[in-house]
Amino acid sequence: MSEHTARNWSLAIGAGVTACFIVVALLALFWTPFDPQLLNIVDKLQPPNAHHWLGTDQLGRDVLSLLMGGAKTSVGVALLAVFIGAAAGVPLGLIAAAAQGSVDEAVMRANDLIFAFPALLLAILITAVFGPGAINAVIAIGIFNIPVFARVSRAGALQAWTRDYTLAARVAGKGRWRISWEHILPNLFGLLVVQATIQFSLGVIAEAGLAYVGLGAQPPVPSWGRMLNEAQTLTALAPWLALIPGLAMLSFVLGLNLLGEGLRRGSERAP
Amino acid sequence: MSEVLRIEGLSVTIGATPIIKNVSLSVAAGEILGLVGASGSGKTMTARAIMRLLPPHAGATGSVRLRGESLSSMSDVQMQAVRGRDVGMIFQEPMSALNPLMRIGDQVAETVSLHRAVSRQAARAAAREALDQVGLSGEAGALDRLPFELSGGQRQRVAIAMAVVMAPCLLIADEPTTALDVISQAQVLALLRDLARLRGMGLLLVTHDLAVIAQLTDRIAVMQQGEIVEQGSAEQILHHGRQPYTQSLLAAARLQAKRMAKSRVDAAEVLQVDGVVLEYPRRRRSLFSAASPLRAVDGVSLSIRAGETVGLVGESGSGKSSLLKVMLALQKSSHGQVSLLGNSFSAGAPAMKRLRRGIQAVFQDPVGSFDPRWPVERLVAEPFFLLDRPPRAAERSRRVAEVLNQVGMNASDAQRYPHEFSGGQRQRIAIARALITQPAVIAFDEAVSALDVLVREQILRLLAQLAGRLNVAYLFVTHDLHVIRAIADRIYVMQRGRIIEEGATESVFNSPQHAYTRALIEATPALPHTRG
Repeated sequence: MSEHTARNWSLAIGAGVTACFIVVALLALFWTPFDPQLLNIVDKLQPPNAHHWLGTDQLGRDVLSLLMGGAKTSVGVALLAVFIGAAAGVPLGLIAAAAQGSVDEAVMRANDLIFAFPALLLAILITAVFGPGAINAVIAIGIFNIPVFARVSRAGALQAWTRDYTLAARVAGKGRWRISWEHILPNLFGLLVVQATIQFSLGVIAEAGLAYVGLGAQPPVPSWGRMLNEAQTLTALAPWLALIPGLAMLSFVLGLNLLGEGLRRGSERAP
Repeated sequence: MSEVLRIEGLSVTIGATPIIKNVSLSVAAGEILGLVGASGSGKTMTARAIMRLLPPHAGATGSVRLRGESLSSMSDVQMQAVRGRDVGMIFQEPMSALNPLMRIGDQVAETVSLHRAVSRQAARAAAREALDQVGLSGEAGALDRLPFELSGGQRQRVAIAMAVVMAPCLLIADEPTTALDVISQAQVLALLRDLARLRGMGLLLVTHDLAVIAQLTDRIAVMQQGEIVEQGSAEQILHHGRQPYTQSLLAAARLQAKRMAKSRVDAAEVLQVDGVVLEYPRRRRSLFSAASPLRAVDGVSLSIRAGETVGLVGESGSGKSSLLKVMLALQKSSHGQVSLLGNSFSAGAPAMKRLRRGIQAVFQDPVGSFDPRWPVERLVAEPFFLLDRPPRAAERSRRVAEVLNQVGMNASDAQRYPHEFSGGQRQRIAIARALITQPAVIAFDEAVSALDVLVREQILRLLAQLAGRLNVAYLFVTHDLHVIRAIADRIYVMQRGRIIEEGATESVFNSPQHAYTRALIEATPALPHTRG
């Protein structure tokens, strides 16, 4: 009973928080209270007030608008990176599980090669070579996601291959690839959704990290990581400049993790 | 004899649903009581109610007394001490009852140190003694083996050693041999009997199969829908059972012959297996010598004629499942060939799609046989993939409805999902899926082993009916001679990858030539024949 309620709570809170941030990011596509790129030196470093709800920064930009724009960047980069990881990783995992033998070995060892580099180091390497920017951040984080999805889907697929319904499908004359597509992939769905939420939250952190060291989205594109970087020297003078993007990131990542946890317990329960 | 267990007026409800109604039972020291009923009759719940191991939301009333002491009024802490020390319990699935990462000696010793403040050495010594008693001694390092190194029967022996190491006065065994092959089954049952007799321990044996316990029990209680409908001495129940439910359990356990009794010697051969060898590569032991491969199937030849039922019998590990995979062209053989309806049948042969229509299969696990995300219609229609022009929409629904009717299901079941059906119904759906391409042969891989006796009876009757109507040949692959005897026209006996005996069913049963066949037949539990 308590287990059940706990799942409902983490699922509800996680889904609520995540939905809030995604709505804000979508809203930022069309509207923000002020132009996040508009400089207004006269109104610089205002604490939160009725006109600027979350205050202004050292260049007089509206912090709420920056935050919304940052959410857009964050969601966009993390989502695309998850998409890249799943689009390449899931087929690799399915192929490795279906083919077995040397193909399996080759795919998984290639994954290990990517895993051997720390994720952020790899991302820094890529953005340093190809130049900083949001697109390169997407690619860098996406590449790190590939082996994660490949491993998860291979493990799930190997288990599904032991079930008799895959034997029944082979007796019905279906080949390994068709069975992977028709029987294995749909049964991995729950597993992959959970992994996607986790990689999403890691993507949010990675995007902020890259932007913080100046390798993510470049000015004037707003980003939470760069907001934190710029606020660093002003913490005594204007603490809200660091607190606000920090809290936003914290609650978004927490929300995504709660969502993933709730979904995981839910999918374990399902038949 | 002193009484060990007395249950009076035990009732269990889950939510508002009554599961057990007013059950009264008793077991004396050294006595074996069989508790028999179909699945869902409440026998497992009764066993769990004694141990106070009911699921959450379940409520129990009535009294359970162990050696005069009331278990129902004990605190949870007191009850924990009783479990394992005074009452031992063993379950159906010996693999999941053991911790896969713990050495068996340690698992048994753990039970000892939980209940008695003893040194590690003393606990190990007690474990060694218990493992000796269940016949797991002799080899060096017997205590240091891990569960995966043991066979099913050996694992069940470890579970028994854990249950009896504290010398409990009562042992509860819930379907202890259902997952085992016949020979292990006979050994485990004999072990349980000896333990009960020698130690004066009460034994409550829960099962669905009267044949299993007929020669073992002193008394039998028959359970139907949560109530004890009849109880008495084994003799009385087996020969003079009055209740119709007891009669139907007896009839199902006895398994009347269901063969069509048609002579088929002149029929054409539909499936021929010729000198098939299947080898699995083994990991090499050293750098310099290649490992010799494992021969799972060693030069097997057999044939199946149109419309006949053939049994392939052997204990687990005899290679029968590997052979079946070769026959279904799921696995390439190392040597030899399989031909189906006169054409070479193996993966990669020409026109495989057309050939595969001729042979379909029904598997053991009624849960795992179906993709849980597909509705019945799509599942049953899956083999249509083999047709050049698979029927679509209305025609497909019509064909699916037709086979569902043939197996005794409704056309409306086509839109439902597999989890909505019972084990027996799922096996019917699996048969429907096998029938839909109108094959010449259907292979059954332990297809009735997971079913209780009443459902097994229904499925076998259905198969006999279908065979008569459709002229389809069956290949029954099983370890259960009882089932084979009831349904097969001819049998092949397999041991260590070879066919060691073959012939018409009755002649093999009446005069087995090979020692292994004799051992199998002797191990098969049977009911005494009815008198008068």
